Order: sequence, then C-alpha cells, then structure tokens
Amino acid sequence: MTAPKRPQILVTGAAGTLAQKVIAQLRETCDLVAVDFREQVWLGDDIPSYCIDFNKRVFEDLFRRFHFDGVIHLGRIMSSQENRLRRYNANVLGTQKLLDLSHKYNVRRVIILSTFHVYGAVPFNPALIDEEAPLKAAGLTMDLVDSVELENLANIYLWRYPHLNITVLRPCNIVGPGVRNTISTLLSGERAPVLAGFSPMMQFIHIDDMADALVATWRHKQKGIYNVAPDDWVAYQRALELCGCRQVPIPSIPPLLPRTLLRVLSLKRFPPYLMDFYKYPVIIDGRAFKRDFGFYPQRSLDDIFHYYRENKHPV
Amino acid sequence: MSLAEFLKRRLVSPELDQQIDSIGKPIGSLGYDPWGYNNETLKIGYAITRQIYEKYFRVEVDGIDKIPAEGPVLIIANHSGQLPIDGLLIGFALASRKDKPRIPRAMIERFFPTVPYLGNLLNQFGAVLGDPVNCARMLANNEAVIVFPEGIRGSGKLYRDRYQLKRFGNGFMHLAMEHKATVVPVGVVGCEETIPALANIKPLARLLGLPYLPVAAPVILPAKVHLCVGDPMFFDNDDIPEEQVTARVDSVKAAVGEMIKKGLNQRKRLF
Repeated sequence: MTAPKRPQILVTGAAGTLAQKVIAQLRETCDLVAVDFREQVWLGDDIPSYCIDFNKRVFEDLFRRFHFDGVIHLGRIMSSQENRLRRYNANVLGTQKLLDLSHKYNVRRVIILSTFHVYGAVPFNPALIDEEAPLKAAGLTMDLVDSVELENLANIYLWRYPHLNITVLRPCNIVGPGVRNTISTLLSGERAPVLAGFSPMMQFIHIDDMADALVATWRHKQKGIYNVAPDDWVAYQRALELCGCRQVPIPSIPPLLPRTLLRVLSLKRFPPYLMDFYKYPVIIDGRAFKRDFGFYPQRSLDDIFHYYRENKHPV
Repeated sequence: MSLAEFLKRRLVSPELDQQIDSIGKPIGSLGYDPWGYNNETLKIGYAITRQIYEKYFRVEVDGIDKIPAEGPVLIIANHSGQLPIDGLLIGFALASRKDKPRIPRAMIERFFPTVPYLGNLLNQFGAVLGDPVNCARMLANNEAVIVFPEGIRGSGKLYRDRYQLKRFGNGFMHLAMEHKATVVPVGVVGCEETIPALANIKPLARLLGLPYLPVAAPVILPAKVHLCVGDPMFFDNDDIPEEQVTARVDSVKAAVGEMIKKGLNQRKRLF
C-alpha cells in the first residue's frame, strides 16, 4: 500500500521571518515550495526555493511543475517598503495573478495574510472591531490603498471561486524576534516618537503565535475573513515604557503640524501615513478566529516586551 | 519615579487600592481593557474625584441603591453644564456606594478622542466613545453605562434654558430593549449652575471644530449638586414600530424630569 500523498504547498514571502516559521512547522507533514520576489533563500535540500516576481510568466511554470494543493500567501509588501506603484503592482496585480493561477491549476486551499491597517485609524472607531466593519483605510491615505484593494480582490475570488477555499487573516501588530515591520523597529529602538497627548490602545501578537495561527488555518479548512488578535490590550506609551524606549513627543495639534513634521523627517519607522495609528485606537476582535480555529495565543505581552527590553544592545 | 506612581503614592490609600481591585473589571494582563480603561489610573482619579465630590460640589445622592448591582444597566440622566462633570459625579456616586459598588462606564461625545491628553485620560477612567457599537458591547459585558440621550443639545444649553430637557435620542432605548438592560433614570440638579453660559458662539465653534463655544466665566462654580435616582424601568424586546419606541423614550424622559423636579425641591440654596 502506498503512503498517502503529502500536500504540496506554495509559500510566498519566504525570505520573511513569519514564512520561515510557518515552513519550519509544516515541513514535517507537507511538501513545500518557497517563493520570494526579494531574494532566493536556502531552506534545506527538501524545499525548492525561488526568487520570482509573481507578474512574470515563469511563475506559472511553478504551478505546472508542482501541482499545488495549497497556497499560503505571505508575500505582501508592507506599507513601509517600496513605493506606491510598485506595491500596487506586487500586492494587487501580483496577488490577482496568484489567485488566477490557483484557480487554473485547481488549488484547494488559499490563505492570504492581510493586516488590521485596512480598518483605518479614525477617532470614531469603536473598540473590538469585527470582520464586517467597513475598511476605511483607503479613504484616509493613498499609501494603504493597495492593502484594501488586495482584500477586495480576495473577497471577489472568495465568492466567485468557492473551491479555492480562501481564508484572509487580518492580524494585529505582529512583533517578536526577526520581525522587520514599522512597529517592531519602533519597539526595538532606543527612542520612539509619540504624538503628544495620544496613547492609543494597541494589540500585539508574537510572531510564533502568528505562525501557529497560520498553521491552524491550514489545518482547518474554514474559509472566510478573520481578525487575529489576542485578548490583551495595552496603551502605546505604556508599551514603549515596558520595552525600555525613551519617548520623543511630537506636537500633535493642529493635525497638519505633526504630518508636515513627519514628512520632512521621513522616518522609515514612523511614516506620516501611519501617524493616525499612533493617535487613535484600532482594536480588533479576534474571537471569531479563536472559535472557528481553536487558536489560543501562547505568548503574553510581558514575554513580547521582555524580548525588546533585553535586546536593545545586540551583541 | 513617573508622575502616575508619584500621584498614586500620595493619593491612593491601601484601602482604596483594595476597594477598587475588589470591584473587578474584565481587564488584560497589563491592567487595560479594550476601551482603554486602566485600573491604576482609575484609583488616582477616584481619589481626586472624592475631594471634588465631597468638598467642592458637596453632592447629595438620593436612591443610589436603586441601581441594580449586577447585569446590564443604562443610567439615563439629563446633561448640563458645558463640561461632563455630571457624568463624573454619577460615576463616583455609584462607585463609592456602600453596598455592592459598581464602576460604571460613561458614553462621551465624539469630539473627545481628538483632544490630546484629555481623551486618553477619560478613556482610562472608563469613559468610552459614544458609539452604539461600543454601548452594545458594554451591555453585553454586563456593564452599567451612563448615557446622556440629550448629547451636546443638553451639555451646551444656555443658562436661561436650565432644567429644560432637550430632545432625547431613541438609540439608548433600542440598545436597552436588545440587551435586556435595566433603565435607571437620574436627575442631576446643580450642574447647570457650575458653568452658566450666556451665549454660544457657533461660527467660532465651527471654525475650531468644537461642538459649541460658550460665553461663560472661565471658572467652575461650586454649586451644590443633588443626584436623584429614580425607580428602575424594564422594557421588553418586542418588535414594535419606531413610534412606540419614541413613546417609551418619552416615558423615560418624563421619569428623568420627575427626578429633576424632586432634586429642585430638595435644594435649599444654589451654593
């Protein structure tokens, strides 16, 4: 009797820490193929790894060769990287190509990593935003349009091609060792800017928990859109305090003043279009994901902040 | 030592510390809840408010034990006096009652989250942006929620209109019906005299993005405040037309009016 066929999965964004953690967990039970548009990473002899732009024709060859059962799409360019046009091409058009190919080659499971930024930071946000809430980010800044468009696209494919079994995850701030997003860079720095008089509530998820969440999503074939966040909250300035960051206040009113200031300073870790996320809370409700996927984060806020506090001066 | 630690050491007694901890709120590992409520800040706020409550406004409360000790409650009161002092005093009255105290949440104007420092401070004391979604989630969490259905129509009214109830919105009644919340009418007497406003400079308020801009003395007068709590009211969740909902709202409004009348009768002098 032959052994049951191991599922073949395409993981995008393979150069990122999150993808590598997911790969480490799934490699025992699945055959993986890793792709990144930035660089080719070596993940061991058993995992073929490629550096390919999704919009190039050779990308289709991967689907022809490997007959994927699933796609875990983590290769989203973050809003702090590249320019708007390049991000739009990679995140929106690239994802569309990926979904088209998934449909053409009969992929049975697609997981897409989005972000809580799509909800947009407005002063009138209620707390514990659920998945049905409108995505206001596109109306607030052009720099988050690609994130919202990516979601719209995933939504269209979700109902048009139900056999793709698309699940979109909207995690809160992903932090922890190896994470290179804006919030992680802020927490690991010596000094961090704050908008004077504003300390919004925030949620943080440890990268290992996020990897667990993605693996749980792969194992339970429930499709849909889900927030991923632990049931714990902290104010931004308190988080900085616990991470051992010195706070550098930026004058916050009138709103034009900090925006202009940040534009002039053009800090990569505190970009002007994310400014409102450090002013107004965007607290998401992760209970639906917990219920449907049986996911419970294991690392506490204390663990997370302890890591940043202890790693201010890397050896 | 941070300012918060200094204030806590100076103002918060071990008994108070224990008292607030024993009331208990569903909070995360660092003492916050999703709306920004913070146990430690509340203790400092409680200690400061006690002075304001007992010495400055010399609040007299009638019937605070009528507010149920458990389950979802909507505390409906008249709004007055330009600043949300009335909410603070009702909140303290309930949090400091001898028998089964509760820390209520107050629904605040949409304008506050945009104000630096103050917005965060109010959140830490348990005040929450007045959004129906927030209120619904609070009631689902079995909280007692203070709502001023008059909104800025009430708080921004002028001295010549004192103790005249403005239009009540219907939102709170829908939430009360949906979440089977007990409605408790409260009449606040005295806050109208704390900041008597003669006029409202609407164009300037609009220009500054404020809900209103009163012409008033830049001081808060030490008027004596009476809080009169009415009997709890219950409403079923029948599928009724909006007209009947409005009738129910009017019955609550009348009850609040009664409580104001009672407070005015109890009052011997303004200050």
